Amino acid sequence: MPAFIISRILQALPVMLAVALISFAMFAYVGDPVAIMLGQDYTQAQRDALVRDLGLDQPFFVQFGRFVVNALQGEFGLSYRLSRPVLDLIVERAPATLELALTAAFLALLVGVPMGIYTGLYRNSWLSRFFLTFSLIGVSLPTFLIGILLILTFSVWLGWLPSFGRGETVRLGWWSTGYLTWGGIKALILPSITLGLFQMTLIMRLVRAEMLEVLRTDYIKFARARGLTNRAVHFGHALKNTLVPVITITGLQLGAIIAFAIVTETVFQWPGMGLLFIQSVGAADIPVMAAYLLLIAALFVTINLIVDLLYFAVDPRLRIGGGKGH
Amino acid sequence: MRRLGMAAAAAVMALGLGFASLAEARTVRWSASGDPNTMDPHSQNVGTVTMVLQQIYDALIARNADLTLRPGLATRWEQVEPTRWRFTLRQGVRFHEGEAFTADDVVFSVTRALQPTSNYGIFVDTVDRAERVDEFTVDIVTRVPDPILPNKFASVYIMSKSWSERHNATRPQNTRAREEMHTVRNTNGTGAFRLASREPDVRTVLRRNDDWYGWREDAPGSATPAGNVTEIVFRPIGSDATRVAALLSGEIDFVLDPPLQDLNRLRQAGNIRVVEGPEVRTLFLAFDTYRDELLYSDVRGRNPFKDLRVRQALYHAIDIAAIQRTIMRGQSIVTGTLFPEQVNGYVREEDVRLPHDPERARALLREAGFPNGFGVTLDCSNNRYINDEQICQAIAAMWTRVGVRTQLKAQPLAPFFAQIQRDDTSVYMLGWGVPTLDALYSFQSLLRTRDGRPGNGIWNYGRYSNARMDALIDRMGVETGAQRAETIREALRLYREDVPHIPLHHQMIPWAMRSNISIPHAANNQPYFRWMVVN
Repeated sequence: MPAFIISRILQALPVMLAVALISFAMFAYVGDPVAIMLGQDYTQAQRDALVRDLGLDQPFFVQFGRFVVNALQGEFGLSYRLSRPVLDLIVERAPATLELALTAAFLALLVGVPMGIYTGLYRNSWLSRFFLTFSLIGVSLPTFLIGILLILTFSVWLGWLPSFGRGETVRLGWWSTGYLTWGGIKALILPSITLGLFQMTLIMRLVRAEMLEVLRTDYIKFARARGLTNRAVHFGHALKNTLVPVITITGLQLGAIIAFAIVTETVFQWPGMGLLFIQSVGAADIPVMAAYLLLIAALFVTINLIVDLLYFAVDPRLRIGGGKGH
Repeated sequence: MRRLGMAAAAAVMALGLGFASLAEARTVRWSASGDPNTMDPHSQNVGTVTMVLQQIYDALIARNADLTLRPGLATRWEQVEPTRWRFTLRQGVRFHEGEAFTADDVVFSVTRALQPTSNYGIFVDTVDRAERVDEFTVDIVTRVPDPILPNKFASVYIMSKSWSERHNATRPQNTRAREEMHTVRNTNGTGAFRLASREPDVRTVLRRNDDWYGWREDAPGSATPAGNVTEIVFRPIGSDATRVAALLSGEIDFVLDPPLQDLNRLRQAGNIRVVEGPEVRTLFLAFDTYRDELLYSDVRGRNPFKDLRVRQALYHAIDIAAIQRTIMRGQSIVTGTLFPEQVNGYVREEDVRLPHDPERARALLREAGFPNGFGVTLDCSNNRYINDEQICQAIAAMWTRVGVRTQLKAQPLAPFFAQIQRDDTSVYMLGWGVPTLDALYSFQSLLRTRDGRPGNGIWNYGRYSNARMDALIDRMGVETGAQRAETIREALRLYREDVPHIPLHHQMIPWAMRSNISIPHAANNQPYFRWMVVN
């Protein structure tokens, strides 16, 4: 087991390095941070001094090497745009993104699983057809459009919910949470629906397909033959067996939710890491972009590792083969 | 967050205001697409920073809503010698944290703005040093006679010397430093409002400074009576649609930059008012007149833009009225000159365009030896100026119609500026604002031959070079009075005749607000909350 973890971590290192290298190479195309920092008025001498200060006159691989060495020490430098340590900025924004992602994932599960069960059990009822049609909307409408439609309906027309921001937040140590105030919870509703809608429909369709599959298996027939109630068959036997892939997919999707919260955060001016990233792109703020991309890469690597370990825990067949089963 | 802190501060405020007529709190919540990147008054010279900082910090000289000068922290100023300006300071002023304002603070602040890490160098470009004469008199010694120093000093904010020294902030942030400076998130000015709390990109709260001297000067009945706002909450919203939605839903009272496509909708909403005014920002097209062969053209062996007739032809080809009507929806002021009338040196007789005349354009191209026209690439931004991409699309079509087959390359501002600042362009569109409100700034940055001296030709990416223009610009920098006005007029005439640029229009900027709010529109696109009235 420890050998397995170590080998996975060793595999992760080249992935991280490749992400760093590719993102670093792309920064050459996002524009010139110096021009943006200097604004409209400067002298050539000022410009040269700034280029030197930022080390932008060095060859590409020297810049990259220095970045990697610093990153390994947890040192990402100062944001060009905000003159503040990059790590501070990311730590400050992380709670907003994580709370939004968790709420969205929770919402997706809470609504998606029951809807999936229902549509699996009552395939032909009109409600099932409605759910399935509705889920098509969730899959096909782009996120920003859903967000704007929600804002238009619930903020502008009905005036029930705020159209932007996190509302009031409470500080718990370095973590700022919106869960503890009414305003904070109200502000979470629209963005988390926007972000979670796609996942919700995904989970619903997944649960439905798994349910249909499981209900056809022999052991369900035996269970029925034993005279168990519908309730015991559906929830005690069928549902339990459908949940393994659902948990896996949800775990993997959580990474995607965090990484792709960018659009939702932009629409709702949600002060999370995605918004920070977008604003950094606009200002060619290379230190923030590099740190963010590395962080997201690390997140995906970690989630993959956890999912692999979960397989270990859930599926006994993998353990028998000495960890080489799959 | 900070709910408690705000409540406590509000309680303190209420105590302080107990006897005043303004005991009732009037909060205004406003928004713009960008958040100030820093609270340091000498670090970044961009509109998104000054729109907040000018509420907190005062300069020696202030501006009225029509941008004319008025006393600020200095009550009088005069040019006692050609290279020496004397400022008499206001007495009895205190910084927000209690320090008394004296000549030392002025000397300190001017010196700070002169540091290499300052982005405000353009406003002190001629300054050699600041000298304390006595506690309330300061001399600014310039290297050359500088007739427009007061214009520039309206943008040099005054900080407290002792506060800056205490917080290790005697120079603006150095990008090489690894640590954040105190001034990035803290302020201590003398202005009408003080910073109460700040969360970058989320919320910036300012509270009225009742001790500010200006409240008494703008008494009711004066041209711009003092406003009644006690608290300003700034919340940036990057997405256009969301910003408009927040205004419509009543979560925001005032939007500095409503998107043009939503203006009609906002006007139709019952409780929203849209106020429009001219901005001191002029859009123009500039040519590469330097290279012997253009980088992005199919003409080999010569540069067509070196020929005045080609530049005139492209000028004649542009139907500016159509651009104004259909793309700008009437929200632009068509121009034939380098800057709008708010700028010192403007001459109405020189604000004349070459008429729209495609026939004449074709004839001029034939005369210049391009009977079949030629191909060229036009560089544009697509998110910097109002409708920039659409304007360029229209111009590309108009040029193509007279035979100059134009390819448009429209990019976001970051790569666009990176490209043109390498002189890597054949013809490009730029929008130019004039923070000093004086002609010299535009001439020097845009049209002077680049010779390495500060300010000369730093935005002249077509490398236009004309010895007569250079001589006129150099004279503008040292002359005074009527003689200087005549020099500017001559330079404007030369600008019209030699067509180094094709001027297009001055932008109009709309502000949108709830109908219970009024604020004078300012052409520098700066909201002066000291004059905002909330009913």
